[in-house]
Amino acid sequence: MATRFGIPQFPGSCDEVDTLLAANRVGDAELLWHKDKDLKGVDVVIVPGGFSYGDYLRVGAIPPFSPVMQAVAEHAKAGGLVLGICNGFQVLTEAGLLPGALLPNVNLAFTCRQVDLTVENTETPFTHECTPGETLSIPAKHTTGRYFAPPEILDDIESNGQVLLRYAEGHNFNGSLNDIAGVCNAARNVFGLMPHPEHAVDPLTGSDDGLKLFHSLASAAPMALGSGDMT
Amino acid sequence: MTTASQPDLAQPPHRALGLTDDEFELIVEKLGREPNATELAMFSLMWSEHCSYKHSKRILGQLPTEGPHLLMGPGENAGAVTVGDGLAIAFKVESHNHPSAVEPFQGAATGVGGILRDIFAVGARPIAVLDSLRFGELSSARSRFLADRAVAGIGHYGNSIGVPTIGGEIYFEGPYEQNCLVNAMALGLAPVDQLIKSAAAGVGNHLVLFGASTGRDGIGGASVLASAELGDGDDDKRPTVQVGDPFEESKLVECCLELLGSELLASLQDLGAAGLTSASSEMASKGEVGLDIHVDRVPLREHGMEPFEIMVSESQERMLCVVTPERLDAVLAVCDKWDLHHAVIGEVTDTRHMKIYSDGELVGDMPVPALVDDCPVYTLQPEQPTEQIYPSPKVIGPAADAMQAAVNTDDANARLLALLASDNIASRRRYFERYDCIVGSRTTKRPEEAEAAVLHLWKQDDDGAPIDGPSIAVSIDGSGRKVAADPYRGTIGVVLECAANIACVGGEPLGLTNCLNFGNPEKPHIAWQLTESVKGMRDACRALDLPVVGGNVSLYNQSADGPIYPTPVVGIVGGLPDPSTVAVNKFFARDGNDEPLMIGLLGPFEPTLAASELAKLIGDDLPTKLPDLDLAKHAEALTILRDAVRRGDVQVARDVSEGGLATALAECTLGGTGAEIDVAPLVERMRRAYPGADPEQHVETALFGEGPGGIVVAGTRESLLQLSNEAKNVGFLALGSAHGERLTISAPVGTLDEVSLDVGNIQRIHGSAIESRVALAERVSS
Repeated sequence: MATRFGIPQFPGSCDEVDTLLAANRVGDAELLWHKDKDLKGVDVVIVPGGFSYGDYLRVGAIPPFSPVMQAVAEHAKAGGLVLGICNGFQVLTEAGLLPGALLPNVNLAFTCRQVDLTVENTETPFTHECTPGETLSIPAKHTTGRYFAPPEILDDIESNGQVLLRYAEGHNFNGSLNDIAGVCNAARNVFGLMPHPEHAVDPLTGSDDGLKLFHSLASAAPMALGSGDMT
Repeated sequence: MTTASQPDLAQPPHRALGLTDDEFELIVEKLGREPNATELAMFSLMWSEHCSYKHSKRILGQLPTEGPHLLMGPGENAGAVTVGDGLAIAFKVESHNHPSAVEPFQGAATGVGGILRDIFAVGARPIAVLDSLRFGELSSARSRFLADRAVAGIGHYGNSIGVPTIGGEIYFEGPYEQNCLVNAMALGLAPVDQLIKSAAAGVGNHLVLFGASTGRDGIGGASVLASAELGDGDDDKRPTVQVGDPFEESKLVECCLELLGSELLASLQDLGAAGLTSASSEMASKGEVGLDIHVDRVPLREHGMEPFEIMVSESQERMLCVVTPERLDAVLAVCDKWDLHHAVIGEVTDTRHMKIYSDGELVGDMPVPALVDDCPVYTLQPEQPTEQIYPSPKVIGPAADAMQAAVNTDDANARLLALLASDNIASRRRYFERYDCIVGSRTTKRPEEAEAAVLHLWKQDDDGAPIDGPSIAVSIDGSGRKVAADPYRGTIGVVLECAANIACVGGEPLGLTNCLNFGNPEKPHIAWQLTESVKGMRDACRALDLPVVGGNVSLYNQSADGPIYPTPVVGIVGGLPDPSTVAVNKFFARDGNDEPLMIGLLGPFEPTLAASELAKLIGDDLPTKLPDLDLAKHAEALTILRDAVRRGDVQVARDVSEGGLATALAECTLGGTGAEIDVAPLVERMRRAYPGADPEQHVETALFGEGPGGIVVAGTRESLLQLSNEAKNVGFLALGSAHGERLTISAPVGTLDEVSLDVGNIQRIHGSAIESRVALAERVSS
């Protein structure tokens, strides 16, 4: 049984179809409408990049109040797998599903650049197909990607092994604390990252290193709590 | 001082709105009475240069518009060509120059928004944006501000709506100091059978306005901003610049494509310049019908708007469609799904009149042909100036002295480094990193990776799975200084450069869109530039068998300082069967013990220093003529190049452009592999072409001279041997090989030293020059 991926689509989403195509390489993916609370029994939710609700109020601030994200929060609480990419990462921090926050880049400008990431922890459903210390080449593109957390939370997530991906030396253009590119929650079933693995799934378009994260999810999903019929 | 910037309320209203007395008399004659305020406002927009092309229509008629791949030509919202597998690419370039000079962020952003609406108005999903930008010298604080803000505006709109900006160009030249150029090109993808035209049809059908609400923003933009010269006091024009909302437009794109995919619409039209007036009357004109419009039904964002304000407002993110009565409910439901305003604002009639009602009262009644077709068309009065009208180009600012010293020595290394660090050649990273170039999962060659952007197309099957499609190559190119030197040959050079970029990645040119940025055509020397430039474009397109699918004319680009350089900009879409054999534009080392890549120069390249970057840095006068060229040979060279790239024989290809051959070779080393070059064969070609000239001059011209028809190519020894056989008629010169970590260029004679540079040094200087120059200028000015 192929792993089923659901991708919430908000007005203003940009990378939802790219994410759909990437997830379809490793499983079956479909879009979920923001006004519906029904997750259609998917195993994994991927909150995509873009400018949901026009980034009005503050990036990622409005989606947590949408019907679909209420359902995603329940899915996460039940142990279901949730990945947030770029705006999806911002949404998950605003929803309280991930620690920390994303602040404007140090250069205060949208920046699109291929970056090298170092895999810090492979003992998770998101990274188990990677090798520890491996470098992934994945593009990043955002205005608000500087990871921040207060010192005590930063200490916690570092000592808990929740930092899964770090920018390699010289690649942290947004000024993230501790070069953090992606963090998961303490339960390791919710993960957010600023770079876009869905744009690194084909050598023809630059790199296929991002595919490793999708393969990890596809093979981990059947083991995760709350997947399939249990939701 | 022009009258347009400070409307004089004491003069007759038609003059304040930009209509001549004769034009007003003609309107009275067509109506059989004097127009009322609403009608006058509508006529003034429809008869503006921006909407009527009254000064350019006659000469544009000579451009070729037929081709085997053409699906939609000039006259529709965008042109379209077929690219295979039942897919069409719709594309168009448009200017937003004057709004960007007044308010660069919103001016550039709404320029992108407007061109994207043109694309989805024909039923195509926007898949890419390119831009062509020109500002004053980078040493000018105003130009740095305009460049940064215009780029931010383009990025803001394109990034937010999820359409990648995949390529473009940015240049800095004195004549654009007061009047910058912001041209944006958009491409859309659609199944051929889903393209839709904008002609209104079906008497009794509903006219539905949907998208954003209507306000007082951008009132009179087409007549006031786009069709008059810029002058002092332009701050007062800020209210005529529209404000963009990419979030609204992203919903509008999805809504339109859903409506078209469900075959719910009879026709569709975007609202751009001249708002509802232009959109509705052009739909009526094309469909040969009439329209009744009730302005009181238009969703407004401001209270107390007059009927004429509603008809001329340029509020962004709005579309107009014609719907049959039985499909109306379904259409409105889709608008509701995407949270868009909508209103049935009128009906299609058989009167061939535009009738405007406000609360049931008739407030405007005009025959459609009078409004759309009867604007007088003017014949230009061209006159070639007796001498060059532009001053010598001059580098100014804090780095100017060092630059001058470097280019005036005999040290070829110093000259080459000065060129690589110059504003028009150094890496554009500061600008293109502001753009998302990958969203949509089609971009296979990003900025600086190849001579043209390459997109691999896919479509979704019924289950949403991707099906591989064909690929396309896209490039946008313009020129100002060379066209100022010689409008005819300069424009041919623009078309050839763009076509060369397409050929470098193996693309076959399918169609061309253009944007003609010129000064005031009522002045004889500008009329001459425009006439000569269009002739050049015609001849180049004919030689390449390339149809013009549509475009845009932007006139009155001048300020109190004088006109801009005449600047034709062209965008070409090319077809590409296999994206995996695309040539890159940097040398690379081959595996293991394989012989290094051999390097050659393909094409009938005969460079000149006239109007070149080096001549600008030195401060040479602009010439009044560029060398003649043999168009048939240039076209043949591009065909040979394309076929060799497609075979995989040419693995590296770079068009020689600003800074000449030495600069092109240096840029080829940016990937890290050096080259060993001898330019003797090119010097020999020059010596034969100009036997009387000083041999040392030939070396300098061979290294730094510019001109069309020169492609640096690299491949294996056997494949370049085959290429040289094929290219006997068009020219092929063996130059050297790609290896090591230095670029060395030797020449047979002369006092110029040999070039010998570390490739890391080239990369550092080329990569950091713009950032350091901006930082230096900011420090000096603060």
